[in-house]
Amino acid sequence: MTYRTISRRSILAGLTTAATAGALALAGCSRSDPLGTDAGNDAGTASSRTIVIGSQDYYSSEIIAEIYAQALEDADYTVDRQFRIGQREAYAPEIEAGAIDLFPEYTGPLLQYWKPDTESRLSEDVYAELLETTPDGLRLLDQSPATDQNGYTVTQEFADEWDLTTIGDLTKVTTPLTLGANSEGEHRPYGPEGLATTYGVEVAFTPIEDDGGPLTVKALKDGDIQLAIIYTADPSIAENGLVSLEDPKGLFIASHVVPLVSDNVDDAAAAIINKISAAMNPEDLIALNARSVKEELPAATIASDWLAQQNLG
Amino acid sequence: MNLIAEALAWLAEPANWSGPGGIPARTGQHLAITALTILLAGLIAWPAGVLIGHTRRGAGIVGALTGAARAIPTLGLLTLFGLGLGIGLTAPLLALIVLAIPSLLAGTYAGIQAIDPAIPAAARAIGMSPAQVILTVEVPLAMPVIIGGLRSATLQVVATATLAAYTADIGLGRYLFAGLKSRDYTEMLGGALVVVALTLVLEVALAICQSVARRIVDPASRTQRTPA
Repeated sequence: MTYRTISRRSILAGLTTAATAGALALAGCSRSDPLGTDAGNDAGTASSRTIVIGSQDYYSSEIIAEIYAQALEDADYTVDRQFRIGQREAYAPEIEAGAIDLFPEYTGPLLQYWKPDTESRLSEDVYAELLETTPDGLRLLDQSPATDQNGYTVTQEFADEWDLTTIGDLTKVTTPLTLGANSEGEHRPYGPEGLATTYGVEVAFTPIEDDGGPLTVKALKDGDIQLAIIYTADPSIAENGLVSLEDPKGLFIASHVVPLVSDNVDDAAAAIINKISAAMNPEDLIALNARSVKEELPAATIASDWLAQQNLG
Repeated sequence: MNLIAEALAWLAEPANWSGPGGIPARTGQHLAITALTILLAGLIAWPAGVLIGHTRRGAGIVGALTGAARAIPTLGLLTLFGLGLGIGLTAPLLALIVLAIPSLLAGTYAGIQAIDPAIPAAARAIGMSPAQVILTVEVPLAMPVIIGGLRSATLQVVATATLAAYTADIGLGRYLFAGLKSRDYTEMLGGALVVVALTLVLEVALAICQSVARRIVDPASRTQRTPA
């Protein structure tokens, strides 16, 4: 149903942007056609048009989108929440078509979506290249310090035992290392091969197909594996006494929260969103995620609490 | 169609047929875990089934319990065992054993119960001990149905043994998981075709075993073609 709604919107938006001049004629000659009439109205009041906010089908993305929505509502904007749309393959065409005006994105994965062969890995490079790659009609706002990306994770005890801070420190470990991750990790550039060429770390590989979930954490704690790939903003890292190793050479592509917006988001709205991005640090994002996972609070509550706490609400 | 052609090309690629991650090695692992599962499940299900069938008691309760066990999602069970036992082969093996037991058990007790009660009664009457009645009368007569149970258990296990790759570097499931996550549907379909082929081979082999057993038990059924 969501998809159908958006498809209809994309038609509206297409009409709006394509033919501002023609809109009058369209509205005039098609009064009996609800689609044509709507398009005419939209064109007439473009500056105060509803801002459509989308989010990925991922709880953390929904929380960020909800924060945007509430902050804009506080500033008297009308917003339309189209959350939990799906994966990038599903929603990106809708954004590109102008059906969604504001979407919390992640720099690295978004760049790789538009430019699969990109060589940028570090935060600033990725953001700079993403600014160039962003299609016409869309615009990137400031990237947030908050990140949510893949990271090599070890237990706190293991990190203490070998004095590990960065992935490169793993060369100090003299016992054999086994990496546990999803099957495809074995042949990805960041997998065992990337560890060896980028950091000189040799690891064996064992597949655990739960995306760094409870089975992976259990295997880490049991010592069946020493190294796992877990999202850096995953609350299970703090909860289970794990540590994400720093990745100064950019084995994983940097993935900062970044708002992707259409022309329908004016400068005042953009300023509000930029303020949110600047205020949100990586620890905040982990805390927000933890409230969702552990306290099972709805996104709306988590978002309004955070905005109040940051004095942004 | 194109995808199928690519999958066949993947199957024909010599590089995929060698090394520890090659198709023969993975198929061997897959067969080994299937055989081990059936063996361990059989150690539990066959004696239990014989006992139920021989005494003609408990079929209702055991039938209901094992029927319910069939409804347990194997992946969920595997995750549950994995959280208790850690990664490796143990968790998937246990989950697959739970999957295999109902068919093996049902085939065994149903086969024995289906025997005309007059036959074991006659065997007892000529002085056979209970063990002799079971081993030389009931089990042989029930063999076609017992093999039928084995056949359906094997079918389920060989197809589901792909889940062994969920927590261990084992079996044909590795192609499916690796292909799924990296959108390499060629590899995924290629791996699936190998599983299908393996399943069909086992199915045909066990069907032949079943019909041989049937011919031994009831020679009259095939007398037209093979006069005994």
